[in-house]
Amino acid sequence: MNKKSKVVRYNKWGYIFLIPFIVTYVVFQLVPLVSTVYNSFFENYRSGLTQIGPNFVGLQNYVTIIQNGDLPTYFANTMIMWVMCFVPQIIISLLLGAWFTDPSLRLKCQQFFKTVIYLPNLIMASAFAMLFFTLFADSGPINSMLMQIGVLDEAYKFMSNVWSVRTLIATMNCLMWFGNTTILLMAGMMGIDTSLFEAAQVDGATATQIFYRITLPLLKPILVYVMITSLIGGLQLFDVPQILTNGTGDPMRSSMTLIMYLNKHLYSKNFGLGGALSVILFIVTGILSLIVYKITVKEED
Amino acid sequence: MAANNSKAGQTDKCASVHVRRVIAYIVLILISFLCLFWFYVLFINATRSNAELGGGFTPVPSNHFIENWTNLKNGTLPIFNGMLNSLIISVLTATLATYFSTMTAYAIHAYQFKAKKFMFTFILMVMMIPTQVTALGFIQLIGKMGLDNTAIPLIVPAIASPAVFFYMKQYMDSTLPLSLIEAARIDGSGEFKTFNQIVLPLMKPAIAVQAIFSFVASWNNYFTPALVLHEDKKKTLPILIAQLRAADWLKFDMGQVYMMIAFSIFPVIIVYLILSRHIVSGVTLGSVKG
Amino acid sequence: MKKRVISFLAIATMTASMFAACGGADTATETTGTASDAAEGGSSEVATPAEDTGTVLNIQCWNEEFKSRVTDHYPGYEEVDATHGKIGDVDVVWNITPSDDNAYQNHLDEALLNQENASADDKVDIFLVEADYALKYVDQPYTMTMADLGISDSDLSDQYKYTQDIVTDSNGNLKGSSWQACSAGLIYNREAAKEVLGTDDPTEVQAAVADWDKYNETAAKVADAGYTMCSVNDTYRVYSNNVSGKWVQDGKVVVDKNIDKWVDDSMALVESKAEDTDDLWGDDWGKGKLPEGKVFCYFGPAWFFNFSLDADKEGTIANKGGWGFCEGPQSYYWGGTWICAATGTDNPNLVKDIILTMTTDKTVLKDIAQKDSDCVNSKSVLAELAADDSGNLDILGGQNPYEQLAAGAEGIDLSNLSAYDQGCNEEFQNAMKNYFEGNATKDEALDMFKKAIVEKYPDVTAE
Repeated sequence: MNKKSKVVRYNKWGYIFLIPFIVTYVVFQLVPLVSTVYNSFFENYRSGLTQIGPNFVGLQNYVTIIQNGDLPTYFANTMIMWVMCFVPQIIISLLLGAWFTDPSLRLKCQQFFKTVIYLPNLIMASAFAMLFFTLFADSGPINSMLMQIGVLDEAYKFMSNVWSVRTLIATMNCLMWFGNTTILLMAGMMGIDTSLFEAAQVDGATATQIFYRITLPLLKPILVYVMITSLIGGLQLFDVPQILTNGTGDPMRSSMTLIMYLNKHLYSKNFGLGGALSVILFIVTGILSLIVYKITVKEED
Repeated sequence: MAANNSKAGQTDKCASVHVRRVIAYIVLILISFLCLFWFYVLFINATRSNAELGGGFTPVPSNHFIENWTNLKNGTLPIFNGMLNSLIISVLTATLATYFSTMTAYAIHAYQFKAKKFMFTFILMVMMIPTQVTALGFIQLIGKMGLDNTAIPLIVPAIASPAVFFYMKQYMDSTLPLSLIEAARIDGSGEFKTFNQIVLPLMKPAIAVQAIFSFVASWNNYFTPALVLHEDKKKTLPILIAQLRAADWLKFDMGQVYMMIAFSIFPVIIVYLILSRHIVSGVTLGSVKG
Repeated sequence: MKKRVISFLAIATMTASMFAACGGADTATETTGTASDAAEGGSSEVATPAEDTGTVLNIQCWNEEFKSRVTDHYPGYEEVDATHGKIGDVDVVWNITPSDDNAYQNHLDEALLNQENASADDKVDIFLVEADYALKYVDQPYTMTMADLGISDSDLSDQYKYTQDIVTDSNGNLKGSSWQACSAGLIYNREAAKEVLGTDDPTEVQAAVADWDKYNETAAKVADAGYTMCSVNDTYRVYSNNVSGKWVQDGKVVVDKNIDKWVDDSMALVESKAEDTDDLWGDDWGKGKLPEGKVFCYFGPAWFFNFSLDADKEGTIANKGGWGFCEGPQSYYWGGTWICAATGTDNPNLVKDIILTMTTDKTVLKDIAQKDSDCVNSKSVLAELAADDSGNLDILGGQNPYEQLAAGAEGIDLSNLSAYDQGCNEEFQNAMKNYFEGNATKDEALDMFKKAIVEKYPDVTAE
């Protein structure tokens, strides 16, 4: 009896510790969020400084978005660029993580390498893009190098071809964020008891075995985190393609992502269409994340 | 990591380790080059004049470094103020985000209560809402609350950072044993005290990671600050950079812009170096578990 | 790719509270309805503005250009610090919002919509606009007419008409004023002109590019000589300034004949490698500043000479005075800043005085022309500059461009501006780039343009 009441007394702290999050969330985000959903049922935008609406239109905004048929294209663009960026990123991150934690490798200068990989993330995307533009210009160093060694006869227009634009976007995004993933994984790996690795080594386990049998399973919660947040981050891919293509998503919108499309509607403060699009995005993200979460959690059991 | 523990007897194993090590070094050096190259170019560009920058990329530094710096320093933009503002906002954002997210994660991790599962799912769902969506309503709200032109709307909302929370929760799942909390309770430690004195120190690597992420994100954020802050003296560095780039043709100077970018990256590097120590050589929880 | 605080770019574009927006708009319409009624019969009747009651003069702008002009040229302005000043007892506050990601317009929109409810010290008194989006603000009751400020047509008679077209609302009321007249022309590489045309004399080069047919003929010769004429994006402004109708007519987007001509002319020139598709201000576009860049010409106004041609850098054409200037195929302008007075200002007389001093006072304007190299909005000052040697520019090999600039400014006709110009011009060039670069047919590119316009302006239809 006494024990139970004590447990209850402890558990009320669960609520207490949640208060700051909930209060902040309700004040700063829930109100705007609810109004987003609410607005998705209205015609509500600005033409210049003149406000049009809000007029209730039911599901018309959703119908408009689905009928114009571009959404699957932008979804595909987003996923293509996400995969192009995420696959190399997670491979590099896991590889680096495995190397850094592999006791048999005994890499020197680990501190240096670990520190360096995150550095690109410190540069603002807009500054990064300025450097990319300079490097990949028709008269830029990459083109002149390729022309000198005879790969190209005339300058390749990196910003005018579907796959080169997508590759540049994926490359820049990957460069900016792989350090981030590696650090997340490494912090997870640091939490793993090093004596486990040593014991395994003594037992004659190879580096590969250690990685698959010890590191990966113990890293699972963090990997789930990386997968889900990367997916969400990928679906929300925006700033790099926006800056690199100057908001156009060209050539012919082949690099236009979902959020860039959403952003187009925000120019006219189109709360109606923008709201509907956001709701659709939210549902898509939710379903995909749920799938990823279910798959990973099931494996764990 | 157990440097003195090489027990490998067989020569072929030794050789394979050797090969793997060489590959690892090559890849690491290549990656390091790709990471550091951008800083080199930024530095080079900061030493070049506006006219030289118009001529495209070169790998050799020029001699306008001091000139760019003097122009920037003596210009009308309050860059030192900007740096101070950026520092204050980013430090507070990182602190609030990590502290309260750890607290939220701890609430879900360590306690049993009715709404627990619902809250966890709810926060995860919040994470899936495109940030863009709430940002627009957010700015309206700020105006209505009279918080326009203050740093509060840039700092306080960090308390509710679902992504940071999710990371902390996952990290606790993999490393924070509930038995430890039980032990603390038996020792008579209050819940709040347990959280602050036992849990927080154990979470150090995770906190350091998320502190860096929050700090950098806040440091480089342009659009919200650009809409919230209007007075030059309250502005953060990214707004001042944008202002410098939007200069009229008499004052336009890309040399200064690059100098300012270099200037604004400098403090983040320092903060990063300090915090990264906690990640790469942070407390290993193994000792506690054992 | 972590879930990151994505830079809130442009999201925040949707800043306005819809309720506040509605309310604000309605009340503003009512209050100023009377004011514009009074001025309706043409702008000859001039009102006497109310007395100044404000102690703070708020100026909204996107960079420091106007601030430095006021600091240097407005009598009685004392600088306090970088964003504050004093004129007599009135505190001047410069609200600078950078124009990146449309932040300036977003901020200005909110400030104007909130003007009614703002406290006296926060009310916007003056705001600056650029030509591309001037009508968005001018064709609204949030901007005061010059007549209501007490500025008459005769006060502004020395200005070029095109600079007034840009800030004239749909009822014919003038609502802003500029100190700059950025008429522009064709800036040619003298060496290349000698090589291709056998002369670098401005009159003769002008004859070779006097209309688009001649321009295209010259371009073919230029290409044969191994030069590139310029970028298709350089010529766009020239075509788009000379349209026969507005971009949006009866709620429908219309591609003008001259714009269509730009597409066809440009495509032909791109195919024959006489023009390229470089974006303005990029590294590739800038290569023509050097002789090795092999670019025949740029299109630009007076500020372009100093700003874009890098005269102070060794080895550039400008450094050797190797550019020439002529009017080009059609008259057009590029750039400029307009001063507008916000309805509800509590310092109308001060605002009036600033506008009059900065945009009509000939001593001030001449001073600006000489110290800041602005091509000023005054027929008589430009005539003076054209008449003597003080207008000769080293960059142009000693040529005095003011006669051509003045003639160009007279020739500009902007009666077909609309509030949609900024978006339409931008999206049209973006869409057509796909066509020029072979990523789409002309029809596909046009469809892309229409799609982008409907997204940007939900009140406009494409079909």
